[in-house]
Amino acid sequence: MSTVRLTRAIDFSTSLRYWNADLPAAENRRLFGRKAEQHGHNYRLEVTLRGEPDPVTGMVIDLKDLQTVLDREIMARFDHRDLNRDTPYFEKEPPTPENFVRVIHRLLRAALPAGLLDRVRLEEDPETWVELIDDGGPA
Amino acid sequence: MISLTRRYGFPAAHVLAHPSFSPAENERVYGKCANPAGHGHDYGLEVTVSGEVDPRSGRIVERDALDALVGTRVLDRFSHRMLNDDPAFGERVPTAENIAAVIHAELEAPVADLGARLLRVRIRETRRNSFVYGDLS
Repeated sequence: MSTVRLTRAIDFSTSLRYWNADLPAAENRRLFGRKAEQHGHNYRLEVTLRGEPDPVTGMVIDLKDLQTVLDREIMARFDHRDLNRDTPYFEKEPPTPENFVRVIHRLLRAALPAGLLDRVRLEEDPETWVELIDDGGPA
Repeated sequence: MISLTRRYGFPAAHVLAHPSFSPAENERVYGKCANPAGHGHDYGLEVTVSGEVDPRSGRIVERDALDALVGTRVLDRFSHRMLNDDPAFGERVPTAENIAAVIHAELEAPVADLGARLLRVRIRETRRNSFVYGDLS
C-alpha cells in the first residue's frame, strides 16, 4: 500500500491582540497597528497527516481518534478563549499566525502517533494563512 | 518550513493571441479567448513567502510592507487594465501561466529586500482554474 495524505479541518474563534510584552506600548502600536488592539478571528485549521493505511482497516488513522486529539489539544485550549489572557503561549510573544501555527504544531506533534504529522495550515482570515511543513526535526 | 500567504485580487482584461499568429491560428489555438475585443476575469492572486520568523514581531514579513509591495508592483499595474497593453505581455501571451510567472519575477527581488523568500505565486483565473508558479511542494 502506498503512502497517502489526509487532511482534517476544524474551525474555532478567539479574541487576541498582537502584543510583545518585552516592547514598550508605543512600539507595539507602531509594529502592529490596529492588530495591537483587542480583536478576534474565525480561524480555520487544516491538519494533514501522512502515512500508510492499515492493511485491514484501510485507514491511516481513525478520524474519530484524530478529532479527539483536535478537540483536546486545540478546541479545548483555544475555542472562544482569549489567546493572550486564557492561554500560556502568548504572555510574551504576539499571537501572530506564524507564532500560533508553531504552538499548534508542537501540541499536535506531541499528541499524535509519531511520524504522522505532515503539515498544519492555519487560516487567520480569508486573506491570510500560514503553513508549517513538518521537517521531522525537533519540534 | 513555515510560509505565509496573503490573498489579493485584481479585475483585468486580456486577449489570448500570439502576435506572430494569424487571426485564424489564434482562433484555433485559443478559441473564444482569442476574441480581439477582449474579455476579463476577477483574478485572485496568492503570494506565498517563507523565511525566519522575527522573534520581535513574530512575523516572517511585515504584513503592511508586503501589501504595499504587491499594491505598487502588481495591483496598481494590472488592476482595471488590458493586460496585453503591458510591456511584459508585448511578446508574451497573457495566459494565467505567464501572468503568474511575470508577477513572480516582479516580486522576487523586493520580497528578498523585505528579508523573506518568495516561495510561489498562485493565480486564480476563475473559480474553476488556478495556476501556481514557483515552489510546488
